[in-house]
Formats: sequence, structure tokens, C-alpha cells
Amino acid sequence: MNNGLNTLTIRESLEGLRNKEFSSVELTRACLDQIKKYNSDINAFLTINERAINEARRADEARENGSDSPLLGIPIALKDMFLTKGLRTTAASHVLENYIPQYDSTVVQKLKDAGAIILGKTNHDAWAHGSSGENSDFGPTKNPWNKEYVPGGSSSGSAASVAADMTIASTGTDTGGSIRLPASFTNTVGLKPTYGLVSRYGIIAMASSLDSIGHFTKTVEDSAIFLNVTAGNDPMDATTTKNKIPNHLEDLDKGVKGFKIGVPKEYFTQGLDSNIKKNIEGAIKKFEELGAEIIEISLPHTEYGIACYYIIQPSEVSSNLARYDGIRYGNDRTRFGDEAVRRIILGTFTLSSGYYEAYYKKAMQARTLIRQDFEEAFKKVDAIISPVSPTPPWELGEKVDDPLKMYLSDVYTVIANLAGIPGLAVPSGFIGDLPTGFQILGPQFSEKLLFRIGHAFEQTQERKVLEK
Amino acid sequence: MKYQPIIGLETHVELKTKSKMFCSCSADYFGKEPNTYVCPVCLGLPGALPVPNKTAIEWCIKIALALNCKISNISKFDRKNYFYPDLPKGYQISQYDEPFGLEGNIKLKTKNIRIRRVHMEEDTGKLLHANVGGKKVSLIDFNRSGVPLVEIVTEPDFENAPQVAEYLQKLQQIIRYLDVSNADMEKGDMRLEPNISLVSRISNFQFPISSENLPKYKVEVKNINSFRFVARAIEAEIIRQGELLNRDETPTQETRGWDEKKGTTVSQRSKEEAHDYRYFPEPDIPPITFGLREIRAVREQIPELPDEKRKRFEKEYGLSSHDVDILTRERSAADYYEQAVKDGSKHSLTPKKIANYIINKKPDMDKTVPGELVELILVTHQTTEVSSEELKQAVRQVLLENPKAVGDYKAGKTQVLGFLIGKVRAQLPPKSSSEGIRELIEQALK
Ligand SMILES: [Zn+2]
Repeated sequence: MNNGLNTLTIRESLEGLRNKEFSSVELTRACLDQIKKYNSDINAFLTINERAINEARRADEARENGSDSPLLGIPIALKDMFLTKGLRTTAASHVLENYIPQYDSTVVQKLKDAGAIILGKTNHDAWAHGSSGENSDFGPTKNPWNKEYVPGGSSSGSAASVAADMTIASTGTDTGGSIRLPASFTNTVGLKPTYGLVSRYGIIAMASSLDSIGHFTKTVEDSAIFLNVTAGNDPMDATTTKNKIPNHLEDLDKGVKGFKIGVPKEYFTQGLDSNIKKNIEGAIKKFEELGAEIIEISLPHTEYGIACYYIIQPSEVSSNLARYDGIRYGNDRTRFGDEAVRRIILGTFTLSSGYYEAYYKKAMQARTLIRQDFEEAFKKVDAIISPVSPTPPWELGEKVDDPLKMYLSDVYTVIANLAGIPGLAVPSGFIGDLPTGFQILGPQFSEKLLFRIGHAFEQTQERKVLEK
Repeated sequence: MKYQPIIGLETHVELKTKSKMFCSCSADYFGKEPNTYVCPVCLGLPGALPVPNKTAIEWCIKIALALNCKISNISKFDRKNYFYPDLPKGYQISQYDEPFGLEGNIKLKTKNIRIRRVHMEEDTGKLLHANVGGKKVSLIDFNRSGVPLVEIVTEPDFENAPQVAEYLQKLQQIIRYLDVSNADMEKGDMRLEPNISLVSRISNFQFPISSENLPKYKVEVKNINSFRFVARAIEAEIIRQGELLNRDETPTQETRGWDEKKGTTVSQRSKEEAHDYRYFPEPDIPPITFGLREIRAVREQIPELPDEKRKRFEKEYGLSSHDVDILTRERSAADYYEQAVKDGSKHSLTPKKIANYIINKKPDMDKTVPGELVELILVTHQTTEVSSEELKQAVRQVLLENPKAVGDYKAGKTQVLGFLIGKVRAQLPPKSSSEGIRELIEQALK
């Protein structure tokens, strides 16, 4: 009999643990039970951490001894791109199907230090290449809200596991939308932080100049709690900020009165599903009611986003995947899936002598223009609201034979990665039985502001929990 | 000879920083147990990221400044993508279009060699070919992986092998003066890659050669591990290319390896097989900016370099250029000499006297401090020191003036040697030491 502890948020769990209403062992067991029950259906987890209960027991002991570290005893799941010492890490690829890392990524270390319990490693598009989760070499993850549909990708298992209450929270990576898109497909909150706010050390690289390390939670507040643990300078990652990190929970409840929220006109053209459009217009109206001022803005170089992204990203992918050459990680290059091969070839081509100037260099110039678009926009507004995906979740198999169509689903998300700015995906209801959401974009290192805006909106909604 | 060689040179210098270029592993890997100086970063494990070593960058800039380069105030690292088992990431972090140093030079006795660029990169691991359990295998040692390297690239300004040798000697000396590398060829601290081509002497050209007048091909030679071999490899290549040109064939543009046993170069890789390195900016390392103040701070750390020191020694101490060359070969020897001069001045020992003593007696500088050396000179040599040049001159003169004694000696009457020594001593200032006279006469009469 399920005690329902697995449906709790981080904040609720911490309260219960502090008040001794239940133990971390009970909480962890509730999650593991849920995984046992539904994982064969959903395929969210690739590896379960056999030591999770032991770790929960240690967390309970620590709490007995007076410890109250920020995530003490909270069960979480990790995208299988995060290296975990002694626990298999596959990148959801056959190439690494038996790879056991020798070290923990910085974020995993921080989460462990904060007392989190690692339940296991979640499924995703192999090497984080994809928008649906279907490129996993270990089978697709299914959308818990309707198993005929994709949960979005690439962080498919991390999103599905939170939506299906298999875990309290989970980590993800977002290179072109891989957190925000599955969040909006599964009724979860997904944060893509500012590039450089969270360390990339020990996380398998996809496209190094775009990779952002974020997470999935059930609420905006949880997202802020989680970021308070993961954010900050890492001497092992030269691209992390040296800025002092604020407490992201501060000002969470202060509302949006007087805020200027921008709506980019380029995002609401043909190509955007009419139901999604309607949904976001509803959200915009809510913000007006909450006292925000809505301002139409222009991001004129949006149209170059996808082209620019699909040059820079495969270029870096082709270089980052070169080390999996068959010499040291067991399986050789013939075990790369189609999508990885496609990106390696594309990237190798765009970096080749004679083509570099025409492709990579041009893309980098376009990237600068896109970044400047945002700089201009943020002179006029505090934050921007935009769709996440141009369409609601699609059926499994619908786009697998049409990579270009799949790439186009990233049209609203890649821009934030190219500009290095943060984006917070917040659920905004359902279209039929499938969730939808929107994203809030802000200037670099404005996460605190995004949480405040997202939280204000969230308070107007009733959180729909998956009936299981 | 019908052809004029045109030679350029790439030199890799391994820095002796405490830690490696992008991780905190020790860079002092030489002779250590394989794969003991490694970590996720220099093994190129999944997820590992490079963090540049500030000291290594400063030392690279130091080298660039010492070679009179311009320092770019914005520089960056790039990825050089290629496959080789000793390259664990599948790319080497190097610098492509924005190296730390640009457009420097080294002055040789008779010519100026232009330096095109000075840049920083990481070393690779090392392949060991061994027999394990009766099976031929290749093993990889990653201890060297990620050790900082500075690459110094010249323009094609050398006309012959002796110029290359002179350049290398000067470069090695400068590097050692800067104390940034042991520059020991045998340990692989310095690696040389000359590129050689020939042009017909009939065609109208002069050094420095403009790029449009360069031959259509060039041959790069690798695997050279001594200054002696670089000269031999160049000579061999000049002959090989000359023979091809004589048959109206154009040498192939390629990379060749020096085979010391055979005394020839051997083809390794042709132009068709040449790598396309697919360079692009290293996204894991933000661009590096160097302000004027930082550059000045590095410049201030540069000690007096060999050329300046030589000039000053000649002027300040009145030494011959021959003596100065010997005294300044190593910075520590020059410092030792100057300290001795300082100590000696209190006893009115002249700089020249001290120089002569050091050059002729070769005292062990590790065991005898300059002050002791001065004592030694004072005590053991109430006699006057003469420079080797003076001595040689005296010997020459005596032999010239005494043809009969010379004839007798050559006829086997070695007892005339005493007579000749006496004559030489008479030529020298009173109280001069007679040491070395006998050997000099014997040598001259051999
Ligand atoms: Zn290392």
C-alpha cells in the first residue's frame, strides 16, 4: 500500500522529515516502490542505486545527530549524463553501456554533500541528442500522462520520473531545450540556469558552449531550493561564474506587481500551435491581473536561431564524442546510434577546412546578434514570456523518421542557450490530457527573478497530480 | 650547388611548471611509473574539463617577450582535432589564430631569424610498444599527457644547417636563462621539426623570402632528438631533394621521419593523408586577456638575456668575446663569475684574472662559493695568470723563432722541450704560472 510520500515536494518532504512525521528511509522506499511499479511501463530509469536505502538510513542518522543540510534525506534522480562514482553511467548509449565512472561530477558531489539520496540514473536521448527521448539506445521513455505520447527530450526520464512521482526531484542537462521542453510536456517545473552558474565538471559533454546544468521539480519553490545547492563557482570548470550566489528563495513571495514582462512578437507567428497560443495568452492575462505590465518586444534574429544552433552544436558534439574511440570504453564507434552519427558527420563537415568560414564562423556571428537582441530587450523589460514547444507532445514514433521536423521543435528553446541566459519552464495547464507550459527568460544570473515570477503564476494554478 | 635551401623550424619546449597545463597533476613525469601522474582531466575521461595553468601561460608569454614578440592582449585556446591513441580526448588543446606571441626574432651572428609565432599547447601521452605474454602490444602512458608545451615557429629564414644549429643553441640558452624549462634534448624537453625545400639559385630571390616566392612544396622532418641530428637530417634532405630536382621531379609535399641508423629521412605521411585538424575555439576555456600592466609584470621578471649579458661583460670587464661566450653560456656561471668579481675587487683581483682562472681551471661551482674561489686565486696563485690567448701567442712566437729546436724535437730529441718551455716563460710576465705550456707546445708540434 502506497503511503503517498513519493508525491511530496522537496519543501513538504523536508518539513515532514524535520517534524519526524516520517523518515528518509520511508520516503526513499516510497519512491523506490513507485519506480518498481511503473518503470517497466514508463522506462524512466536505466539504473537503480542499490545503496539508496542505506544512504537514506545514514541521512536519518545524521538528522538524529542534529544535521539539517539543505537536502538531507531527499531522494532524487540523476540524468545518466551525470558521472556517479561507482554507479554505471551510460549517456543512454550502447557505447558506454558498461561504464562505471571513477569520480563524481561536481553537482553530484554537491547534492550528496547536501544530503540528497541518489535513487538512480534516468533515461534520455543518447548523448542528450533529441527532443523526444526516442533516441535513447535503451528504448524510449513514455509520457506518464499518456503513454502513447513522448515526454519530450532529451531529459525524458528525469521529467517523467518527477511527473510520475518516482522521485521528489531530478537533474537534467539543457543544451537546446532538453530540460524546458520535457518539463512543459510533463507538467513539471524545469530550470535551465545561466551558462556558467552551475558546474559542468563531470557531466558528459554534449556541446560545451551551450550545455547548462539544471533540474526538474514539482514546484518553482523546489527549483529554487535545488539551485541553492548546485549553483556556484567550481575551480574545476573555468567557465563557471565567480559571482557571489544569492539565496534564490529570497523574495519568492513578493509577486510581480510593477514588473515589465516582454512578449516577443516573433514567437507568436505561424508555426505555433493554436492551443498553445491560447494557453499562453491565458497566462499573459494572469500576469496582467497580478499587476505586471505586458510589453510587446522584438527579437529580430530569432529566425536564425535553429540554423545557428544546428551548426554550433554538432560541431562541438563531433569533437566531444571523439574520445569514445573504442580504445578505452569497451564499445567502439559502431555502437553509436543514428542521431549521434548524424551529428558527428554534420559537425565534422561544418568544421572542415574550407567550410569553417562559411558555417561555424557565420553561426558564431549570428550567435552574437542573438545575444544582442536579448541585451536590447532587457533594457525595456525585466523578463520575457515565450512558448517552449511549438506543438503539444507528439505521438511516439511520429517524428523519428524526420530529423529536421524533430529539430524544429527546439525553435523557441535554443535561443536561450545561444544567448547563455536562464529559462524557467512552468506548467500552465493541459491541452486534452497532455500538459503544456511556457518559459520565462531573463538576463544572465536573474534566476531569482524568474523564480519570483514563476512562483507568482504557480500560486494562481492548482497543481494537478497524476492519479496512479 | 645549384639549389638554395630554404628552411623553417618548429620547436616544442616542454615547460617545467609544477603542475600540468590543465589539471593539478605533477608535470615532473620523467622516469616515473607509467600512469601514476594522472587524473580525469589528463586522462580525458568523460565530463572532465580543462582549467588553464596561469604560471604556464605567464612562462609562455615570458618566452615570447624574450624572443621580442608582440603579445596579443586577447588570446584564446583552440581545439586541434585528430585521432591518435596517445591523445585521450581526440583533440589537443592548442592555439590556432590568436597565439600569445607574434612576430619576434632571434639574431644570429650574421643573420636575423624571424619568429612567426609563440603559442601554448598540451603534450600527449606516450605509446610504448612491448611484448606482454608473448603478444605484441602497444601500451599508453598518460603521465606526459597535458604537460605544458610552448611551440616556437620561425619564418623560412634559414639558409643552411649551421644556421639552424646556431639558432637552436641560442634558443636553448634563452629558455634556460628564463628558467622555464630544462630544455634537455635527451629528455624530450625540446623537440625539433625543420621544414626544408630548395629553390634554383638561378631564380631571382633573396632572404627573407616572400611567400609568393616560396617553392610549391615543403618537406617537414620529425623524430629528431638532438641538435646534431637536426643538422644531419637537413643535409640529407638537401641532397635527396636536390637529386629529385636534378631529374626534373618536384619533391612531394610530405612529412618525413629522420632515421638515424640509415642516415636518411623516410616518408611518413603525404599531403593527401595530411590531417584536417578542424580547429575551433575551445569552448571550455574563456578567452584570456592580458592587459599592459600584466605584460609589464611578466617583462619585469625576465632576467638579463645572453646577448645583453655578453655585451655588458665585454664592456664592463674588458673580456674577449671568446671568454665572454664561455662565461655566459649558463646564467648560473655568469652570476657566479660576477659575484667572484665583486668579492675579488676587495683584494684588487681584476675581472680578467678571475675570468682566466675560471676558464682555465674550471672550478666546481657547486662546491666552491665565489668568496672561496677568490681566496683560492689569491693563495695558490702568487703568480700572474695569463689568458689562454696570450699563452698560445707566446708559444707560436717561440716555435717560430727557434726552428732548430723544433727540428730536433720532431727528429725525436724530446729533451729540447725544457728549453722551449723556458723560452715561452721568458715571453710571459714575471711570476706567470707555467702550467699548460708543455701541453700547448706538444700539441703544436704534433
Ligand atoms: Zn591530471
